Amino acid sequence: MQRLLQLPASAVNMVKTAQGQEEAKSPVLTPDGSQATWYSAVRPDELRHLRAGGEVEDAGASAEEGANTGGQAQPLRHDDLKEMLDSNKDSLKLEAMKRIVAMMARGKNASDLFPAVVKNVACKNIEVKKLVYVYLVRYAEEQQDLALLSISTFQRGLKDPNQLIRASALRVLSSIRVTIIIPIMMLAIKDAASDMSPYVRKTAAHAIPKLYSLDPEQKEPLIEVIEKLLADKTTLVAGSVVMAFEGVCPERIDLIHKNYRKLCNLLIDVEEWGQVVIINMLTRYARTQFLNPNANEVLLEEGEEKEFYGSDEEEGKEEKVEKKKPYVMDPDHRLLLRNTKPLLQSRNAAVVMAVAQLYFHLAPKAEVGVTAKALVRLLRSHSEVQFVVLQNVATMSIKRKGMFETYLKSFYIRSTDPTQIKVLKLEVLTNLATETSISIILREFQTYIKSMDKDFVAATIQAIGRCATNIGEVRDTCLNGLVQLLSNRDELVVAESVVVIKKLLQMQPEQHSDIIKHMAKLIENIQVPMARASILWLIGEYCEHVPKIAPDVLRKMAKSFTSEEDIVKLQILNLAAKLYLTNSKQTKLLTQYVLNLAKYDQNYDIRDRARFIRQLIVPTDKGGALSKYAKKLFLALKPAPILESPFKDRDHFQLGSLSHLLNVKAGGYQELPDWPETAPDPSVRNVEVMDKRKEKKKVEKPFYSDSEDESRLTESADSDSNTGSGSESSSATEESDSGSKSEDSGGESESEQQEKPNRKNGLELLKLFWHSRVLFVCILPCSAQTISPTFSSLKTYELLHRLTGEGLAVGYCFGRQPFVRDPHMVTVQIQFTNHMDTEARNLRVREPRLQSGMRIKEFPEIEVLPPGETVTTVMGIDFCDSTQAANFQLCTHTRKFCVSIQPPVGELMAPVFMLENEFKKEQGQLMGMNEIKETLVLGEACQSDYAIVQRVTAAANVGQVPCGSDQEFAGKTMTSNSLVLVTVITKRDRTAQLTVNCEKMVIGTMLVKDILHALSQ
Amino acid sequence: MIHSLFLVSTAGHIFLEKHWKSVISRSVCDYLFEAQGKASAPENVPPVIATPHHYLISVYRDRIFFVAVIQTEVPPLFVIEFLHRVAETFQDYFGECSEASIKDNVVIVYELLEEMLDNGFPLATEANILKEMIKPPTILRSVVNTITGSSNVGGTLPTGQLSNIPWRRTGVKYTNNEAYFDVVEEIDAILDKSGTVVFAEIQGVIDACVKLSGMPDLTLSFVNPRLLDDVSFHPCVRFKRWEAERVLSFIPPDGNFRLMSYHVNAQNLVAIPVYVKQNVSFFETGSSGRLDITVGPKQTMGKTIEDVVITVHMPKVVLNANLTTNQGTSTYDPVTKVLVWDIGKLNQQKVPNLKGSLSLQSGAPRPDENPTLNIDLRIQQLAISGLKVNRLNMFGEKYKPFKGVKYVTKAGNAGPQREQRSTFFCWNLFE
Repeated sequence: MQRLLQLPASAVNMVKTAQGQEEAKSPVLTPDGSQATWYSAVRPDELRHLRAGGEVEDAGASAEEGANTGGQAQPLRHDDLKEMLDSNKDSLKLEAMKRIVAMMARGKNASDLFPAVVKNVACKNIEVKKLVYVYLVRYAEEQQDLALLSISTFQRGLKDPNQLIRASALRVLSSIRVTIIIPIMMLAIKDAASDMSPYVRKTAAHAIPKLYSLDPEQKEPLIEVIEKLLADKTTLVAGSVVMAFEGVCPERIDLIHKNYRKLCNLLIDVEEWGQVVIINMLTRYARTQFLNPNANEVLLEEGEEKEFYGSDEEEGKEEKVEKKKPYVMDPDHRLLLRNTKPLLQSRNAAVVMAVAQLYFHLAPKAEVGVTAKALVRLLRSHSEVQFVVLQNVATMSIKRKGMFETYLKSFYIRSTDPTQIKVLKLEVLTNLATETSISIILREFQTYIKSMDKDFVAATIQAIGRCATNIGEVRDTCLNGLVQLLSNRDELVVAESVVVIKKLLQMQPEQHSDIIKHMAKLIENIQVPMARASILWLIGEYCEHVPKIAPDVLRKMAKSFTSEEDIVKLQILNLAAKLYLTNSKQTKLLTQYVLNLAKYDQNYDIRDRARFIRQLIVPTDKGGALSKYAKKLFLALKPAPILESPFKDRDHFQLGSLSHLLNVKAGGYQELPDWPETAPDPSVRNVEVMDKRKEKKKVEKPFYSDSEDESRLTESADSDSNTGSGSESSSATEESDSGSKSEDSGGESESEQQEKPNRKNGLELLKLFWHSRVLFVCILPCSAQTISPTFSSLKTYELLHRLTGEGLAVGYCFGRQPFVRDPHMVTVQIQFTNHMDTEARNLRVREPRLQSGMRIKEFPEIEVLPPGETVTTVMGIDFCDSTQAANFQLCTHTRKFCVSIQPPVGELMAPVFMLENEFKKEQGQLMGMNEIKETLVLGEACQSDYAIVQRVTAAANVGQVPCGSDQEFAGKTMTSNSLVLVTVITKRDRTAQLTVNCEKMVIGTMLVKDILHALSQ
Repeated sequence: MIHSLFLVSTAGHIFLEKHWKSVISRSVCDYLFEAQGKASAPENVPPVIATPHHYLISVYRDRIFFVAVIQTEVPPLFVIEFLHRVAETFQDYFGECSEASIKDNVVIVYELLEEMLDNGFPLATEANILKEMIKPPTILRSVVNTITGSSNVGGTLPTGQLSNIPWRRTGVKYTNNEAYFDVVEEIDAILDKSGTVVFAEIQGVIDACVKLSGMPDLTLSFVNPRLLDDVSFHPCVRFKRWEAERVLSFIPPDGNFRLMSYHVNAQNLVAIPVYVKQNVSFFETGSSGRLDITVGPKQTMGKTIEDVVITVHMPKVVLNANLTTNQGTSTYDPVTKVLVWDIGKLNQQKVPNLKGSLSLQSGAPRPDENPTLNIDLRIQQLAISGLKVNRLNMFGEKYKPFKGVKYVTKAGNAGPQREQRSTFFCWNLFE
């Protein structure tokens, strides 16, 4: 209706002057009669525009006068604007555009100026141009034909040498929602996707969802563009293209495979909005590609009471051993967790929340706790942020209670909090309540009951009720506290308390007849209908517990029946009926009196109920079929209501999402998939090494992400292939050191055979390392029978050379898996190869000569080893935390050989899972004599973090502390379970500091020597 | 993502609208008005409202509702954070974020919004980049522009957009090179009636004003970095360096920015710098009550406490207050039921005291709650946690900058942060 009213005369005039441009905006309003007279002056296609503007036509009758008087001002001003737009002066044009934009901002319709504005699309003045763009994007949809006039300008702009102009041309072109230009847009997007400037490529990524929403038919070609842009290596593009991916083809998870590692590594350098989108997408991706790290927990939870985070880590582990559920975290899964962790420190609340939800959905439960601190930090932000964060914390606190326990006080309520925040905080406090914290939480609740905010008080009382149901120990205390509240002066408090008490009493009515009595007394004072009704229901339900009082209450209520509210009346009827059934002697007359009163009540519900009850309970001549079941009907055992959190089970929605917040699936929400049963092939994420190296040069050096981290994969792959020969030779020399008597080609060829496949692909090797070193939680089902050498990277030592062994060659390696039958024993894998032409029989261990305290668990006798065959078996040796050799005889059916196994110090330990703060704490306790520090110069091949990890874990069976800031490793010795902590801090000039903390100084010293040796090569 | 944006004044007037996709009628805001009608205060309007076809995510700031209209799934925090960023940008550009200033600069606002979002997805939100593209309005510039016809809009792509450090523009030049850092700490504590600390924590921020030429690389170190328990940084801070050495190493944005915010882990060791004795009682008979509040300094490490303001939210039945004080002024607003006692500086010699009688609505029951007290204060030249900046080093540039650090302790800036909470009648059963 804001269209302008114009006189036919002026309209005609305008048509004349502006031939072909101005018609569209003339929303001419004339009385029907006069319309035709000048319509004929306009060409037919212009008529369409006129009619399009016809929404105003119903006002036609009064238009003439309106236009003559009040309406005059506006058309004039618009003419004015048109004149200014047509002028040659940029300053006038600018002024006009500014006024038009101001109109748009106020929501005024300025579409009739379209032809005048669109002419200026090629204006030289950049500010005018920009404002014209703003206008164009807003109104092009309504003026499709005229908008086409501007397209050629943009097409020219797309080829401009200035990247800003190219980008903005594409931006506006793709924002114009005109279906005819879809092919042009498609072409422009395709071109821009391979533009030199990353900024233009970013714009292309933005344009993709625009085109898709305009024409979903274009999906396939757009996916091709997305695929191309996903491969882009710049941080600028990454966020935008993932956004486009989410908008157009979120189901095409296969497009992510090849880019997964790159996205993880770029993440820290992407702008914050892109980070949010990428993290959310990667969460979904990880859910489809990796295994559930908490699979064991799920099993445990089924069986018994769930344990809280961190409470008994050890126990949990042992149980895992028993279950023999092997779990190996995919290195890519770990990569994602590690690279997102620093983002918890972001200033952007959305990024922090995104990381928190990623950890919640993907991390092993012991690690989810790291996000708690950051989430609590967000509670100091704006109240809107608090609102969203608290919603998510409420959901998290149900599943992972332990993680927020230390921050309990941060959820205390301020009197200045908005009500919705107060209620959410209350929810969190209730969820966090445990046996230990309940007393302080209840004391806090007492304060809240005094608040002036009545909704909040009611919520508090309900929260107390929930605490009481969840924690049995405080049920009586809570109940007593609530009973006290019954004498509160505020009726609302009393009423809410009665309702909650009613629910609590239903759980164990036998023990609380005194409270029921107390409440019976209260009925005289409480006026709130809901509360009165609740009390009456309680007395009726448990009238057997208060046999003396119940009839008396009914007597009093009968007296006041007529003046009660409806809900109270209904409950009086219920009470009467129940009493009649249990104690008809005393209450028969009363009941009939009440029923008679009800019969003439104004409310039909009450009349109906009275009629129904009378038929049911009062025996009549006809003897209703139901009346014998009356007692069953009225006094059936009713299940106690369950008071549970409204946030329970909300975690099936991805946390942090709109759907989670509303608890309703929002449009476009992508379900978080369940973990797969078996992991899909991880090799899909492998990127051709050659390819990478080539492209690496093109990548701009990202600014802040750790350069090592950044190109870690490439680099390690490089260094592996470069130094492959070096490390090999070193292992060969070590081999000879480690005690074989003579060197022979046989042994070498064997080791070479093992290393050959690894050399093929650096990444393959890398993966093996991850499996074997970092993921110590892995527990393979070890049986005494043959074990295929899973860990081909393990160093093999010679036990018996084939010459000395007269054709029987025996090698051994340290398996690094826990020895199943005895946790103190080191697992030794022994491999027999029969080079004889006869079979070897009865291979067994005999007469072990051991140092005191050492124990040995022999492998089961191998009965037959046919010629040429190889068999592997496992034995356990408890070395008593010393590097003394274990000597024993190896017997066949014919011969005996004296052999000895001497462990390198690094094999005397097992990895320990530890978080960084635990590590620091433990390290703090192992100072002084227990600490050995050495400075070393890193070897050529150990420049990257990754190489260091590799070397250290190869030298000693320790586990890396996840997400640690330095290179930190933890292990414990097999026999005495003393902690062994290793820290490597790299300095700039290729030096590094190695620190080993261990209670056992001998082990510490030897370990330092070994690691030094490993790192300085 | 973000479909449309409406700016709505508290009075319910929609004074700006902008659409990034198809136009959405402003009538969607009716759902907001409905929610506003239900809520007792504008702060209580839920930030996320679901309507049949859209979702409204709103932020209430400076008496304006920033309402974003969403059609599909999007992380709500994403939108909320962005809306706050918009408000901050306006604040930065116009000095204040108010209905009047936005209306005055509606064209710049439109240009800014156009750059900040593309198709509803954030494009450029860094103040440094925006300022390069759209120059903030100044009187001088508007005069020059009208004479020369030059414009506020830059013609080249801001260098920040492309570089790895989008927050800093290139070619910055100053004659005086200065870097100032304000360490501002806030005490946030809840005390019960007896003065016992229920909960106390210290949060701090380091706000910086850096005006340095070229591309300086700064390193800020602390004497006692161990105090910092939880930190969040401006994206310019190198996180790895912080993890390893506990120093802040960064290439600063040009101008004002928040370098970091932190939380001090002190649990109950927070020294509350003032003590308050309060006695508010309502008589059983006769509709009156008495109020007596005394404030005094405590543990201030030799610094003066300034700008002390005590706010009391009275129960609804308190009609008026007749109070006398020996320092500062006190006012009671009978409509909002808020008593404000502006004390000013706290002296060691004279202990400020406020006492007098309260008149209650006759016939109404005696209020059974005691009101909560909120205390606002400020201590210059002291960071209450004891955090101290050690030194600031600059690399990458030759000149010698002027450096300064200022410490301030406050009792919260957004609303009162410290509450004197009264316990109510004894609930022995809960003990």
